[in-house]
Amino acid sequence: MFDFWATNSEEGGWNISSTDEGSQKMLEEENEKQIKIQTGTDVIDDFVIDEDTSDDERMIVNMGPQHPSTHGVLRLQAELEGEVVRRVKPIIGYLHTGMEKTGEELNYFQGPTNTTRMDYLSPLFNELVFSLTTEKLVGIEVPDRAKNIRILMTELNRISSHLVALATGGMDIGALSMMIFGFRERELILNFFEKTTGLRMNHNYIRPGGVAADLPDGWQKDIEEILKIIPEKLQDYDDMLLDNPIWKGRLQNVGILTTEECFAYGVTGPSLRASGHSWDLRKAQPYSGIENFEFEVPVLNEGDVFARWRIKVLEIFESLKIVEQALNKMPKGPYKVQDKKITPPPRKRLDESMEALIHHFKIYTEGFKVPEGDAYVAIESPRGELGCYIVSDGSSKPYRMHVRGPSFCNLQALPVIMTDSPIADAVAAIASLDPVIGDVDR
Amino acid sequence: MYTPDNILTTTIDKAVRWSRTQSMWPVTFGLACCAIEMMAAGSAKYDLARYGMEVFRASPRQADLMIVAGRVSQKMAPVLRQVYDQMADPKWVIAMGACSSTGGMFNNYALVQGVDHIVPVDIYVPGCPPGPQSLMHGILTLHDKIMGGEINR
Amino acid sequence: MSYEIINTSVAEYKKLVESLHSESFEMMVDLTVVDWFRKKEPRFEVVVQFLSVSKNERKTVKVFVDDEELSIPSITDIYPSANFYEREAYDMFGINFLEHPDLTRILMPDDWNGHPLRKNYGSGRIPVQFKNAPKVE
Repeated sequence: MFDFWATNSEEGGWNISSTDEGSQKMLEEENEKQIKIQTGTDVIDDFVIDEDTSDDERMIVNMGPQHPSTHGVLRLQAELEGEVVRRVKPIIGYLHTGMEKTGEELNYFQGPTNTTRMDYLSPLFNELVFSLTTEKLVGIEVPDRAKNIRILMTELNRISSHLVALATGGMDIGALSMMIFGFRERELILNFFEKTTGLRMNHNYIRPGGVAADLPDGWQKDIEEILKIIPEKLQDYDDMLLDNPIWKGRLQNVGILTTEECFAYGVTGPSLRASGHSWDLRKAQPYSGIENFEFEVPVLNEGDVFARWRIKVLEIFESLKIVEQALNKMPKGPYKVQDKKITPPPRKRLDESMEALIHHFKIYTEGFKVPEGDAYVAIESPRGELGCYIVSDGSSKPYRMHVRGPSFCNLQALPVIMTDSPIADAVAAIASLDPVIGDVDR
Repeated sequence: MYTPDNILTTTIDKAVRWSRTQSMWPVTFGLACCAIEMMAAGSAKYDLARYGMEVFRASPRQADLMIVAGRVSQKMAPVLRQVYDQMADPKWVIAMGACSSTGGMFNNYALVQGVDHIVPVDIYVPGCPPGPQSLMHGILTLHDKIMGGEINR
Repeated sequence: MSYEIINTSVAEYKKLVESLHSESFEMMVDLTVVDWFRKKEPRFEVVVQFLSVSKNERKTVKVFVDDEELSIPSITDIYPSANFYEREAYDMFGINFLEHPDLTRILMPDDWNGHPLRKNYGSGRIPVQFKNAPKVE
């Protein structure tokens, strides 16, 4: 049964018989308990293997790691019976970067450089969660303006991340115009990011103690433009897809994930809210002053791929509301903590003050010391709960830095979604979960 | 000798090199952050189609160019080599971004320190991640390289 | 929101998790390990984060794992979401989760030597290793 491997390869070297990826193969059939746990039938109860099916109708298909619609380098091993997926196993690790090890070698001041590269669609959230955890350990409170800038930037980032999710999701299913649309609107936001942080992605903008720089001159104009253009374009998406019979027929009642399954597999974020449970860390456990903003948490009850697509559109509207409020009530004041030990002095001061030069040198070479202890902080990233666990031993580098990526956990629900559904729906299911492999593998 | 107006004369050499540059199909080898910028380069604003390159082929058999976009882990390295071997000659490789060029900021156990340890690289595009403009500059540099090089490779 | 830290032992761990599950802690959101190499005895500390959506509470459970046995009961039968996390902890630290359905390496290749996130595992530059490649003398 393991002799058929659809790898598009004629060379024998890639067949299971001649590679030693042996323990990644499918579980043996007779071990019923293992199969049950792996496929999640302890929660759902629709796992049926027809014992009468001959081996000719069963085959194992490898999808990935190099596949255009697996959102990176995800590899799926699926056992098919005819055209129906009977078992599936996600195999990850193809983008493992060892960031947690690298994080132990960088000090707290350099830390966001590392974490920002984890979830590359929502880099600012990674920086924010690292900074919040560090600030919790140090016990400092950032100024109001810094908090507001953080909310503004992260909510813009949520929009850009959801736009990519919509775009690539559309592309995977075949709505290629959606791909063009999504990336076009994302450029607007990325232009603002580039203006503010200097980079389109991987900004290293939110740092422990505040943000790296103040907003650029004339930022209000850019935000107003974004606030004007994006809703119009979202209307275009709705005109194109919301009542589109092909789109609906393709996505509705496909890949259903119930609330119980979400809880069991730790699925958070839009996927949980699309299954009918209102849970948003921005409301439940607010961070960085987001409790002062008015917005709704959209909830849909269907739990299918269509709901998971739709909820991202609705969340963009809510994020736009937050951005508008952040624009209108941006407080004046410093954009970082006025603590010489934690944030570097402004460049101008270096020419005037010896003391500033010393602090600058100390921060950039040694960093700042963080008291002993550990902290876990979680925020709501575009994909769900993004947590950061830092253990400090009193030095200027984290003793252990662990990031709880939402995609890592959400990916475990993939077998639940895909089991007993046609292989053609697999791509839609992956796209709707919106995993970012950089976040999965870290 | 009479030649009609619609005939151009050239050398085989030039014609081959020109045709190679003008329809160079990349294989989709998106790995990490740079893959998103590669997609952005292919989308509306930057429009890679201007160079006849918008056809990102999922199958390496139909592709001429591999853009290694992102960090290559030790686990991915054999896969990358496999995809490279499956590509039909002549083939070119662009290492996009700091990670695939040198390992970038992640000098640790998990990453291949530069994709040139595994496959021959023609163009290195710096940046973390390089913007779509940088990628296009890399592609144009590769075009120059092909136009100025030998046709037997 | 309340946040509580519970220190427990390996023997009590599973019972505690079961009671948490019955106390409407619906989600196990995170499981990780801290390696206290030469700082604490025993060396490995498993840190598990639980979240109650209905009560809006968090609880952190910390367990020190015995150095000799390096094993702790798996909680995948209570929280299926522990599956990947336990595999990651096994891969990165070499902690054995007893009765885990599929305790194999998850992030590193299968033929990898050592457990990278241990403190005594170097992080430096290493040459490329191909699977099954003939050894160059």
